[in-house]
Amino acid sequence: MSISSTISEHPVDVHNNHEEEAVEVGVPFFTRGVWVLVALALIGFGFAMYRFLFGLGAVTNLTDQRGWGLWIGIDVATGVALAAGGFTTAALAHIFHRHRYHVITRPALLTALLGYTFVAIGLLVDLGRYYFIWHPILPYYWQGNSVLFEVGICVVFYLTVLYVEFLPIVFERFIGRVNLPGAFAKMNAFADWALRKLSGAVDKVLWIFIILGVVLSCLHQSSLGSLMLIAPTKLNPLWYSSLLPLLFLLSAIATGFPMVVVESMVAARSFKFKPEMHILSNLARMTPVLLGIYLVIKVGDLIYRNALVHVLKFDMAAWSFLGEMFIGVIIPFALLCSKSVRKSHTGLFWASFMIVFGVAWNRANVFIVGFTPPFETETYFPAIGEFAVTIGLISTLILCYRFAVNNFPVFPREIVEEARAAVSK
Amino acid sequence: MDSVDRRKFLGLVGNAGAVTLASGLIADRADASESSKREDNAHSFGCLVDTTQCVGCRSCEEACNMVNELPKPETSFNDMTVLDEMRRPDASAYTVVNRYYPNPPNVHNELEPVFVKVQCMHCNDPACVSACIVGAMEKTKEGPIIYDPAKCIGCRYCMVACPFQIPAYEYHNSLTPEVRKCNFCFEKYTSTGEWPACARACPREAIVFGTREELLVLARKRIRKHPGRYVNKIFGENEIGGTSWMYLASTDFAKIGFEDMRCEPVPVLSETLQHSVFKYFLPPLALYAVLAVAMFLNKPTPDEEDETESQDAEVKNVHK
Ligand code: SF4
Ligand code: SF4
Ligand code: SF4
Repeated sequence: MSISSTISEHPVDVHNNHEEEAVEVGVPFFTRGVWVLVALALIGFGFAMYRFLFGLGAVTNLTDQRGWGLWIGIDVATGVALAAGGFTTAALAHIFHRHRYHVITRPALLTALLGYTFVAIGLLVDLGRYYFIWHPILPYYWQGNSVLFEVGICVVFYLTVLYVEFLPIVFERFIGRVNLPGAFAKMNAFADWALRKLSGAVDKVLWIFIILGVVLSCLHQSSLGSLMLIAPTKLNPLWYSSLLPLLFLLSAIATGFPMVVVESMVAARSFKFKPEMHILSNLARMTPVLLGIYLVIKVGDLIYRNALVHVLKFDMAAWSFLGEMFIGVIIPFALLCSKSVRKSHTGLFWASFMIVFGVAWNRANVFIVGFTPPFETETYFPAIGEFAVTIGLISTLILCYRFAVNNFPVFPREIVEEARAAVSK
Repeated sequence: MDSVDRRKFLGLVGNAGAVTLASGLIADRADASESSKREDNAHSFGCLVDTTQCVGCRSCEEACNMVNELPKPETSFNDMTVLDEMRRPDASAYTVVNRYYPNPPNVHNELEPVFVKVQCMHCNDPACVSACIVGAMEKTKEGPIIYDPAKCIGCRYCMVACPFQIPAYEYHNSLTPEVRKCNFCFEKYTSTGEWPACARACPREAIVFGTREELLVLARKRIRKHPGRYVNKIFGENEIGGTSWMYLASTDFAKIGFEDMRCEPVPVLSETLQHSVFKYFLPPLALYAVLAVAMFLNKPTPDEEDETESQDAEVKNVHK
């Protein structure tokens, strides 16, 4: 079969899959949990405003030795790692055409999109001169030696790709249901026609963006690891390695599916539907393999560099390293090797959660715990304001997620009906 | 998921990994060639600080404060009690002098102090310049590393990168915070080959200004002439690829606040990696091509649903 005919027959099955049609949930937005999130988001917003009015020093515990703290370690580095569900499921469902996994691609895409959006917002709060955040886009400022430049450019491009990938969902929401307010109502038919045209055009090129998204993700995940290559004298040898970019990439890939599992199960709980265990369990079958590859390379590298001896110091970094490796990698690896764990609701959730938590722990270790600058006069521990902003951002992200699945066709019809039934009960 | 399809997925992972891995290996090997390509800094301006001459009078601190119009410190520059504490250059002081007692008491039961002036080292291969996302840190052709606040976005990667932990940040300035560090008096003096303010102010000529080449000759001459007075080492000659500011000392540098530094410049690995990944964009393009081929070859197969069922059946059997 020629390539072109393949394209036309399978224009990347993102939304033309009728048996797995997605619909918006459309249940009341506010619940008790949502109010808690709103409160946390407001507190974080308050601290962020305080930071903009009175400077970074007023809200953070950052020092001249510690230029990067919680916001870079968690909001940015971990945010990016946890968005890996987006490109891993896109690769699985759209590039390797595993049809069965189509139902999870939209929630995963939404998480990645929101994740990256919040990485950008987190960065904005952290940058001293946030109003110059656009500088790296202009060729005048390009600095090709800077790893951070690569990171920044990848964020810009990947965010664009993610929004393009989301367009079909927006089109699907409005096509045939355009309802402009008041005087604009006359334009409804025209708007609908235009949307259909646009949607057709986007469909034709969507495959380009889907592959681009995967490539950009690989570059971006690995370049986040490269960031620390420039600090060989500062980063603890338990983490500093010339393989850092590869390790960051592999751990992100291994975290992609567990993140989808965690997020689906949390959503199921919040919207009161049964998680699609048959899909999630199958998805989890790949995790031991992916996590195993990471584990082998991580440990092999430590042995090759003779770095394991640093564990024997049993200092803070060593304990943090052991925690990251055992709780975040080895135990969930062992758990997910067992079929009964993968088939069990609780087992699958907690094993996946440990991996997600483990990758966050790893990023925090690389950027905060294992980072030991010389001449540090006071040890860094994040301030209340830093925690508040980070928690506020995560809460806002969850609220946006809820809003999006409530108003756009993200979840498959089957479970949405279950959720609606649970509400009307 | 059947084994074929798992293999394919791993293929993807392997590919992406291979790109990074290969670049890592290239980077390791390219180190040597890369650093020899790096500029020779013989004619960069620099300073030689002779710690055996320094009496800790803080005149350099005062001169630096004046010439850079920095805020007045809490106590005057004549206040020597500040030397009781270890200080670091910060946003309002580009240079500080620290006092050390590296040796046990002498025959008169007195401790002999050694004073060390700290400021930006103006590296031959500066990590701050390599790290800066927008080129706000720049190495001038004369050698000094200068900073342009109009470009800076305040990411503070330069601070993370600097192996000497020099750049400081104006954390309490909410609107126009700047990275602050010694600028080698570039605009005022050194761009025209004049001595920087701190060197001029030194009453003991403990700071000598010149080209790196001249300074190295001078330093070697001093070590040769007074072997009892100096340890045979010029700090900054090779550290981190060499620095424009260099130090002489009478005692082990580790005892007077210097980190034991490796010789290889710190930006080499990340720069080589970056350049090999982006060489004509080949690795990303190759990955793109591989994925595109995978996408069109992996046509969805109709018997896929059966797989699930057979799998579930298998599971049921296990549980029976
Ligand atoms: S000492 Fe630090 S700030 Fe100064 S040039 Fe070297 S890397 Fe840059
Ligand atoms: S803080 Fe400014 S000077 Fe430092 S790396 Fe960022 S943009 Fe460059
Ligand atoms: S060279 Fe100029 S800026 Fe640097 S420490 Fe001396 S006086 Fe200060």
